[in-house]
Amino acid sequence: MMDRHAEVFKEEASELLAELESSLLELENNPDDEELIARIFRAMHTIKGSGAMFGYDEVAAFTHNVENIYDLVRNGKLAVAKKLVDLTLAACDQIRRMIERPEDIDRSVVEELAASFRNIVPAVEEENKQEDQQPSPTDKITAGEIEKDLTYRISFKPDIGIFANGTNPTLLLNELRESGECKITAMTDNIPLLDSLEPENCYTYWDIVITTDRGINALKDIFIFVEDDCDLKIEIIDPFEPAEYKKLGEILVERGDTNKDIVDKALSGHKKLGELLVEAGIVAPDKINSALAEQQHIKEIREKRQTAEASATIRVPAERLDLLVNLVGEMVTVQSRLSQLSSVINNSDLILVAEEVERLTTELRDNTMSIRMLPIGNTFNKFKRLVRDLSAELGKQINLVTEGEETELDKTVIEKLNDPLVHLIRNSIDHGIEAPAIREQTGKRKEGTVKLTAEHSGANVLIHIADDGAGIDPEAIRLKAIEKGIISPEDNLTEKEIYNLIFAPGFSMARKITNVSGRGVGMDVVKRGIDALNGALEVKSKKNEGTTITLKLPLTLAIIDGLLVRIAESFFVLPLSAIEECVELTREDIRAMHGKHMTHIRGEVVPYIPLRERFRIEGEPPAIEQIIINRSGDDRIGLVVDQVIGQHQTVIKSMGKFYRDIKEISGATILGDGTVALIIDIGQLTQAVIRDAI
Amino acid sequence: MSKIIMTVDDSASVRQMVSFTLKQAGFDVVEAVDGRDALNKINGSGVHMVITDLNMPNMDGIGLIRGIRAQPAYKFIPIVMLTTESQIEKKQEGKNAGATGWIVKPFNPAQLLAVVKKVLG
Repeated sequence: MMDRHAEVFKEEASELLAELESSLLELENNPDDEELIARIFRAMHTIKGSGAMFGYDEVAAFTHNVENIYDLVRNGKLAVAKKLVDLTLAACDQIRRMIERPEDIDRSVVEELAASFRNIVPAVEEENKQEDQQPSPTDKITAGEIEKDLTYRISFKPDIGIFANGTNPTLLLNELRESGECKITAMTDNIPLLDSLEPENCYTYWDIVITTDRGINALKDIFIFVEDDCDLKIEIIDPFEPAEYKKLGEILVERGDTNKDIVDKALSGHKKLGELLVEAGIVAPDKINSALAEQQHIKEIREKRQTAEASATIRVPAERLDLLVNLVGEMVTVQSRLSQLSSVINNSDLILVAEEVERLTTELRDNTMSIRMLPIGNTFNKFKRLVRDLSAELGKQINLVTEGEETELDKTVIEKLNDPLVHLIRNSIDHGIEAPAIREQTGKRKEGTVKLTAEHSGANVLIHIADDGAGIDPEAIRLKAIEKGIISPEDNLTEKEIYNLIFAPGFSMARKITNVSGRGVGMDVVKRGIDALNGALEVKSKKNEGTTITLKLPLTLAIIDGLLVRIAESFFVLPLSAIEECVELTREDIRAMHGKHMTHIRGEVVPYIPLRERFRIEGEPPAIEQIIINRSGDDRIGLVVDQVIGQHQTVIKSMGKFYRDIKEISGATILGDGTVALIIDIGQLTQAVIRDAI
Repeated sequence: MSKIIMTVDDSASVRQMVSFTLKQAGFDVVEAVDGRDALNKINGSGVHMVITDLNMPNMDGIGLIRGIRAQPAYKFIPIVMLTTESQIEKKQEGKNAGATGWIVKPFNPAQLLAVVKKVLG
C-alpha cells in the first residue's frame, strides 16, 4: 500500500522542488519577501513530513536541517544571503537525488551539506536541541511492560468548558471499559437545576474502579488529550488487602468524602451507614454509590479468584440425570394440564399462578436439558491420534482439521456417535484420500486433509466429515452393487440413491480385505447407528475433489416445542422448528389448481400434503383449511389440517413396539386433558408421499 | 450510515494516505487543500470530524480551527491536528484555538485510526 503513496509523494516532491528552485531564485533578488520565505519553509516542511511518512527517512533527516534554517529566517533571526541561497539550491539537488535513487545515496556528501547548514548558526542549534519530547498518543507502550492485574481508583473531573474543544467524555469512559473490568459511577451533584443549567457546560464528573493488566501508563494515555483540561487522579488499590475489604465507611474516609467521627456517630443508629449519611446530608448520594461500586467491584474480583481456585464441577452418575430428565418430563405434562384447566376455570388468581408455574417449568426444562450437554470437541480430539496412526499404517499423509468443537450435544448422543464417526473417518482415510504419489500426479498437495465440523442448525446438530480425496465414482458404485447382487442392471437410480447404496448391508468397494476395511460391515452399521438416534445421513461427492458426509442429529430426544393441530377429532403435533408460516386454504384455491396439491404463496409454488386424505380420516374438511408451511433443506412443503390450536410443549413418549415401523409418526404425547396426540415426522412423511407418488 | 471525516493538508500524498486509510475503515472522506478551501467545503457538509495539517498556504491550521469553532453547527465536533515534533508551541496554540487532540507526523495508518476511534468513537 505504501508504494502507491510513495509514487504520489515522489511526484509531489518533484513539483515542490521545482517550485522551491524558482522561489529561491526570486528570493536572491528579494531577500526580504516574507511570502517567498514562508513558501520555502512550507515546501521544506512538507517534504520533510511526507518523506518520513512514506519511508524516506534520510530525506526527512536531511531536510530537517534546511527547515530549521528557514524557520529562523522567517522569525527574523537570520538574514538571507547569497551563500544561503546557493547552499539551499545544492540541497534541493541532493534531495532530488535521494528521492529518485535512494539506493545510490552518497552519505558523505549528504553529511557535508547538512553540516554546512548546521554551521550557519551553531548557537541557535543548542536551543533547538532542548525541545522536550512530549508524549504522543501514537506512541505505543514499550514492550516488556507486561503487567499483571492491578486495581485502580480513578477520579476524572473534566473542566466545565471541556465540550468546547470537541471532547466527548463518554468516549474516554468507553476506552476505560475496553481496558478491563470496571465500574463507573457518574457524579451528578454539580449539575444545577434546569433554569440555571447551561447545556454547553459539562457538570458531570466520574469515579471509576478498574482492574486491568495494562499498567498505569496505558490508563494515563487514555486521557492524554485532556490532561490539561481536567482533574485526574489515578491511584492503585489492593483488592486483597485488608482480608475483609474495606467497609463503606472506611472507603469514604479514605477518599476524603467524610471523616471517621461522623461515620462512627452515624453508625450508632441502626440504619445502613449509607442511608444515614445521605439523610443527614453529610455525603452526597452519588459518592455513596461510587464507594459502594468500589466495594462491589472488589468483591467480584475476589470471587473470581476464589472460583478459579476452587473446583467448579461435580461428578454425577448419569442415571441420576436420566431420572431427573424423566421427572422434568412428567412435570411438563402436568403443567400443561394445569394451564389448560386454569383457562377453563377462568379464575384470575389461578391463571397467574399457572403462568408462573409455566415459566418456571420452561426454565427447568431448558436447564435440565443443558446439564446433559457436552461439547463434541472431546470426541474430535480423540480422533487426532486415530488419524495419525491410521495414515501412517497406510503410508499416506493426512491432516485432521476440526471446527466447531464447542458445539454441544446430549451425552448419550455423543457416546452413540463414537463408533459411526470412527468408521466414517477410517473410510475417508482408506478409500477417500489417495496415496501421496497419486495425489501429486493429479496436482493435489501431497498431504490430504480430513475436516470434521460441527454446527447447530435449527433444532439439529450437523456434523460434516469432509475429505479432499478421490471422491465417490457413481459408476463404480453402480457396477459394484450389480456385482454384489444388490441391484440389477436395469435399475435406474438417481445419483443420491447411488450414493446411498454404500450404506447397504454387504456392500464394499474394497478389492481386497484389509484389517481396516473391506468386510462390508461398516457402513450399514453406521446408518443403523444414526437411525437409532433419529438422525439422517447425507453424502455429497465430486470425483477427484473429495467427499463430504453429513450427519444430521436432533439436539434433544425428550422434549420439543411443537404446534398442536386438529383434523376432525384427532390431534397431531408438528415440530415447531421446521415451521415457517401458516396460510389458509379455501375451496377456491383447491379448484384453481385443478386437483394438483399445490398453492401459490407470494409468487412461489408450494406443494402440500392433504393430511386428512393421507391419514384416511373420514368426514368432510371444513370450508377453510389451514396449510402449515415447513422448510426441509431448500424446499418448502405444506401440510393441510383443519385447525391450528397453538404452541405446545411436547414431551415425546415413544410409541409401543407395534408402531415402531410407522416412520411418519415419531412418537406421541399426552395433552392437558388426557387425549393422545401423535407427533408427525415431517421429513419421513414427505419422503413416503414422494415414494408413493412414483 | 458512515461518519464523514474531513482531511485538510496541502500535501497531496498525505491527503491521499489519510483518505485511503479512512475509507478502508468505513468512513466517508472530504478532502481540502488548505484552511480556506476547508471552510468553504465544510458548510452544509455534515462532517463529523476534521483532521488538519498546521502548515498550509492561504489559511493555516490554527486559523481553520478557529473558523470551524465559530460555526454553531461545528462547535463541538472533534478536530485533530497533524504536527511534527518541532511544533510544540503550535500544539498549545491549537488547543487554545479549540483543537481536541493531535497526531505527530510521521504516523502510520494504525496510529491514525486509533486516534480517530479515541475522539470519534
